[in-house]
Amino acid sequence: MSRRWLLLYVVLYMALLYAPIALLPIFAFNDGQVIAFPLQGFSTRWFEGLWTNRTLHSALWNSLVVAVISSVLAVVLGICAARASARYAFRGQGAVMGMIMVPLVLPEIIVGVSVLIVVNTVLGLPLGLWAVIAAHVLICTPFAVAVLSGAFQSLDPAMEEAARDLGETPWGAFRTVTLPLVAPGIVASLLICFTISLDEFIIAFFLTGASPTLPVYIWGLLRFPADLPIVMALGTLLVLASIVLLTMAEIFRRRGAARAGRKDSGGFL
Amino acid sequence: MSLIDLSGVQKWYGEYHALRGIDLQIAAGEFFSLLGPSGCGKTTLLRTIAGFEGIDAGTLRIDGLDMRGVTPDRRPTNMVFQSYAIFPHLTVAQNVAYGLRRTADGREEKARRVGEALEMVGLGGYGGRRPHELSGGQRQRVALARALVLRPKVLLLDEPLSALDRKMRETMQSELRRLQRQVGITFILVTHDQEEALIMSDRVAVMFEGAIAQVASPQALYSRPADRRVADFLGAMNFLPAEVRDGRVEIAGLGACEVEPEQVIGAGGMAEAGMRPEAMTMLDVQPGEGLREAAGTIADRAYYGDMTYYMVELPGVPGHVTVSMKNRPGSAVLDVGAPARIGWDPRAVLLFPA
Amino acid sequence: MGHGETSKGWALIAPPALYALALLALPLGAVVVLSFFTQDFLTLDTTPTLENYRIVLTDPGFAGQLPRTLLVRSVTIAGLVTVCTVLLAYPVAYYVSFHVAPERKSLWLFLITIPFWTSYLVRVFLWKVILNFDGVVNRTLLNLGWIDEPIRAFLYSPAAVVITLTHAFAPFAILPIFVALEKIDRPLLEASRDLGEGTLRTFARVTLPLSMPGVVAAVLIVFIPTIGDYVTPRLVGGPDGLMIANLIQSQFGRLSNAPMGATLAVIAMASVGLISLLFVLATRRWTR
Repeated sequence: MSRRWLLLYVVLYMALLYAPIALLPIFAFNDGQVIAFPLQGFSTRWFEGLWTNRTLHSALWNSLVVAVISSVLAVVLGICAARASARYAFRGQGAVMGMIMVPLVLPEIIVGVSVLIVVNTVLGLPLGLWAVIAAHVLICTPFAVAVLSGAFQSLDPAMEEAARDLGETPWGAFRTVTLPLVAPGIVASLLICFTISLDEFIIAFFLTGASPTLPVYIWGLLRFPADLPIVMALGTLLVLASIVLLTMAEIFRRRGAARAGRKDSGGFL
Repeated sequence: MSLIDLSGVQKWYGEYHALRGIDLQIAAGEFFSLLGPSGCGKTTLLRTIAGFEGIDAGTLRIDGLDMRGVTPDRRPTNMVFQSYAIFPHLTVAQNVAYGLRRTADGREEKARRVGEALEMVGLGGYGGRRPHELSGGQRQRVALARALVLRPKVLLLDEPLSALDRKMRETMQSELRRLQRQVGITFILVTHDQEEALIMSDRVAVMFEGAIAQVASPQALYSRPADRRVADFLGAMNFLPAEVRDGRVEIAGLGACEVEPEQVIGAGGMAEAGMRPEAMTMLDVQPGEGLREAAGTIADRAYYGDMTYYMVELPGVPGHVTVSMKNRPGSAVLDVGAPARIGWDPRAVLLFPA
Repeated sequence: MGHGETSKGWALIAPPALYALALLALPLGAVVVLSFFTQDFLTLDTTPTLENYRIVLTDPGFAGQLPRTLLVRSVTIAGLVTVCTVLLAYPVAYYVSFHVAPERKSLWLFLITIPFWTSYLVRVFLWKVILNFDGVVNRTLLNLGWIDEPIRAFLYSPAAVVITLTHAFAPFAILPIFVALEKIDRPLLEASRDLGEGTLRTFARVTLPLSMPGVVAAVLIVFIPTIGDYVTPRLVGGPDGLMIANLIQSQFGRLSNAPMGATLAVIAMASVGLISLLFVLATRRWTR
């Protein structure tokens, strides 16, 4: 009995969780200028508008550049941290790992503001995409570490030793044994970091300077009611892209778990 | 000349003294075991020989060559890991072929060697399998084939049987012994299971707290342990307070007797007398010829199927002595609380310094 | 562990550690330093002074006590969001941990996390659509005949901020609670039932206390970042829903008074840090 009520609650909860997102395509294909019910009829004109919008394209390009570079750098740093914490036990490990993971809970405005101050006031440099990348690497690294730690921790340290024992150099052992075993984790963390960076607004808003990223561009659109349907269309595509990327990430993460012969019951975090 | 020669080997982990001056020679073709309780340094010693741990003092020679600074990939040793460390992303054949990657053999020669190695461990035809499709025993065989295919001078085995169930363990024990005779390679086995060490080895080194207490054949180890700890660790032994006076020994609860010099371990004066449970008999169950007699009370009894163990209280002795009796058809079973007559042989007594 | 271990470990962790140091520790230090400076239009005065703090904390004239009002409101809103998120999330985490088959758990977690990863801006904006004058909620209520004219108070209110943020952080709260629940030994619960406790009492006496570390983690992981959000208050909060982050943002942007922005950031961080610390200390007996 109580279990049925619990299930009902969970279903309701999940429905509410997804409800706002479900509205996206509804308004994206709505022929009306105003984002409100009743609907005005089916139209794909808002999507068509996306194809010809040059500002949008350059913002998208900026975001892709930022997301690719940040995710690669964050994952490289994440591999170092995840391997160090899984493989070695050393003094100060907890404190250092804590410092690397702090951006996970730090309010993003603090990250944005503090990097802004360093770039603008201390270094006296112009803002730009490079500053966004620098900050995105900082906030993506903890997520990369979280995903990669699972992969590295489930790796039997004897694996690499066995490879060494069978005649491989340290690099050879890492390349032929460790890397293939954690590869799915690496792909998963790349995709997750890419998604985070692509969506990130709060920090990018402070640091992007004259060349906006996609979320900063969308923020600009939100001020003009006439542009809102475009935001809906764009949002639909973004949500779709996120879901595809994350599904791929989840598939890779699970494949990694299966490959390492580990029982799988966890999520990304 | 011995194949492996360690002298004065020391190893520290920070403040922890893991190996306290190990001197050890192991001959070519020997089946050698490192036996001891967990934390005694036996695995560290094995990993030192494999090259996974450096040494802080002393020398380690394999086949006459100093191994200082020689990494595991360049040592003539191969290892079977406790977890087997079978690469899960490779097939059985690819696992076995892994170490051949850097050898000069051609593709066909490599395939032949892999097949031969798998055949040798009884896994012929399993080459295409994935590791997760194998049982524990089969994984172990893959690990063996993977190491042996490289024809090392020494095969190192780190508690290879501890993860197997009892039946499988017994099968693998004789299998390992057979393999070792077949390939003629030196095997060094780390184990905490004394029975396993006794069954399989030519010689055994018993280790405690980072030092070797005794190196001997299984028979010598059991019948003439170097000290109390070894005697206690290998099998069971009853210890009774004893006093040595004018060549005679007065054993509390048992009585006086004379002992030969080889029965005395260490100095005279106050001592402890040690006797194996099977060196004593319950005279009411199994009478014996030329035995000394002692009287006590049966405090408890444990039935093991093939054996019955009697815990006997002796007058003036704290605790009890254990006497093991083989159960034969029709042999009597004595009751707890009944008086007991113990027969004991002075020639089976060992004297340890107190 | 040995010397080799330590030096290898440090060599490996050095790149991410140095990066975090360079982009987190040093910039945070810069924020603190800057908060002691003052700025008059475009000239930065680097004489150390507590003037900014005095203005923010005690000066009644500065923007009509705005910083203090916003700080109190931010903490209140963040606190409400945290309570709502965690209370609503717990049953879901409980359900997934106890009533979902092991092989399907990761699918559930995946479904729960998906909305969290989709464009934040768009999600917040969608709440504006939902709560709007002629939005989904109002139209539904009108159609049901429960109200005669649209309720304007849904949007542009602190309540709207709380609803939007609660929705945004939902998965963040579920995960740590789920992890804590997963760690509970199932035989422990059977033991409790075996000792004569009912389902509810077993939950109250065993499950809930044992899952407290997860609850505490969930509280922190929601409460701390919530304070720093300026998107939600701006989009759905209206004048009464603005938060401290909006003020910080405007100091760096429109008002161009970076030192004042830094001061506000330091005060906000200090308040959040202090409250979190007190919370952690207060819940210590359940988390140890």
